[in-house]
Amino acid sequence: MNTFIDRFSTTSAASQVRKLKEQEEDEFSDAAWGSEAGFGNLAKGIPSFSVPSVHDPTAFLRLHTDDHADPNCRIKIQHGTTTLAFRFQGGVIVAVDSRATAGSYIASGTVKKVIEINPYLLGTMAGGAADCQYWETYLGIQCRLHELRNRERISVAAASKYLSNLVYSYKGMGLSMGTMICGWDKTGPAVYYVDSDGTRLKGDLFSVGSGSTFAYGVLDQGYHWDLTDEEAQELGRRSIYAAGHRDAFSGNTCNLYHVKEDGWNFIGNFDISKMHYEGPGNVPGAPGTGYGYDVRVLGRNSSNPPPPEAAPAVAAHA
Amino acid sequence: MSIMEYNGGSVIAMVGKNCVAVASDLRLGNQALTVATNFEKVFPITDRIYLGMSGLATDVTTLRETFRYRVNMYTIKEERDIEPEAFAHLVSSTLYERRFGPFFIEPVIAGLSKTSSGAFRPYIAGADLIGCLNFAKDFVVAGTASEKMFGVAEGLWEPDLEPEDLFETISQTLLNSVDRDAYSGWGAIVHVITPEQVITRTLKARMD
Repeated sequence: MNTFIDRFSTTSAASQVRKLKEQEEDEFSDAAWGSEAGFGNLAKGIPSFSVPSVHDPTAFLRLHTDDHADPNCRIKIQHGTTTLAFRFQGGVIVAVDSRATAGSYIASGTVKKVIEINPYLLGTMAGGAADCQYWETYLGIQCRLHELRNRERISVAAASKYLSNLVYSYKGMGLSMGTMICGWDKTGPAVYYVDSDGTRLKGDLFSVGSGSTFAYGVLDQGYHWDLTDEEAQELGRRSIYAAGHRDAFSGNTCNLYHVKEDGWNFIGNFDISKMHYEGPGNVPGAPGTGYGYDVRVLGRNSSNPPPPEAAPAVAAHA
Repeated sequence: MSIMEYNGGSVIAMVGKNCVAVASDLRLGNQALTVATNFEKVFPITDRIYLGMSGLATDVTTLRETFRYRVNMYTIKEERDIEPEAFAHLVSSTLYERRFGPFFIEPVIAGLSKTSSGAFRPYIAGADLIGCLNFAKDFVVAGTASEKMFGVAEGLWEPDLEPEDLFETISQTLLNSVDRDAYSGWGAIVHVITPEQVITRTLKARMD
């Protein structure tokens, strides 16, 4: 079915490739005429990429790209992540972790998984880091062009749809992204979930990544529309902590953003292990103690006795 | 999915001057899900021998009981405590008994053996899951963070460390290694064995 569609469609990436092949590349590529904001020939519309020159590039790429089903493929993609975003009375909260893993190796603990598309739009990063970074920056270019053409900021609905149509045209070629496009437009706060399968959902509350189930657990329990700004920020932070603690592939730090009518604000970067022992520090909405279970129950019952006075947890055997 | 990485966890042992140290993390996981953060992987065998096991948690628990039984039988028959060398071979042959259907653990043995003069000599050993012994002079590692521990230990370890310095070296090696491993961490425990006493400390570690 996919091959059939590819052969006869005129909009898919595969058909673009077919057209390019027919032209036999007799001229220099646009990129050769100078950089366009570091984006090559991107500003001119849907960019073209070189694809494997085989009969059916989609089938070829599927064979070698990390698919949920096949762990033996060549192109590995970062799956471990926790990202969340939710809408409430006071705007949108966006919170993410900062861990990047390659297999069981923690390759980095300082990844920026929130992509600042423009002062009113944020995108989150789950799945392929490069895919998310590239296409959401590209989306920023298109949003700016929309502004110049129409003398009006693009709506979150339109921006997210632009992205979802774009990734859909590459369907089956191994793009991997699970993202939330968040912002504030004429209609108020908005959150859209967009992924590389082509799914695009409007909603109040989403969480994406390997730690999403843990984040949902805390989020669902504490969420309601009338949350104050401080309560909402605390809920986002606490949810990412829960995921960082329980999920092996999420952790290190939490980046927190709050989108309001006048655009997004970066609230802060919080160490997840520090939140476990001491809490998030002196910030509005913080409980004043650590989030950790063992920290909270310490000294509360006989199976969790308080530590010996003025001594760390030290025991000496004879 | 490797069965050796199913539950996660790491163990390390190091030699010092007249002392040995052995340490483990405290995580018990079900693949990516952290189930418990109080799962110790190092067990006392005698007053002067500790055994660490990393790998499949069910086999860690089973083998702990197997070794307790076999060491008790040895003690009764011989009417003396087992020495580290003999215990290492007991571990090796117990694992090789299951050559064609192995226990999925890698053991790490640390102890002080009694010399003929009555003094103590530090002894560490490791083995693979079917009992191939590795007698190291410096340190042995096992578990999901073993590659990282090799790297850090290679950089930090030096000969003839006193018990307090050995404690610092093994703690820093373990802690910094598990912080780069997704399947290990969530707390750590260290035992330093000296001729006089065994010092056991739990470490404050990253909980993510």
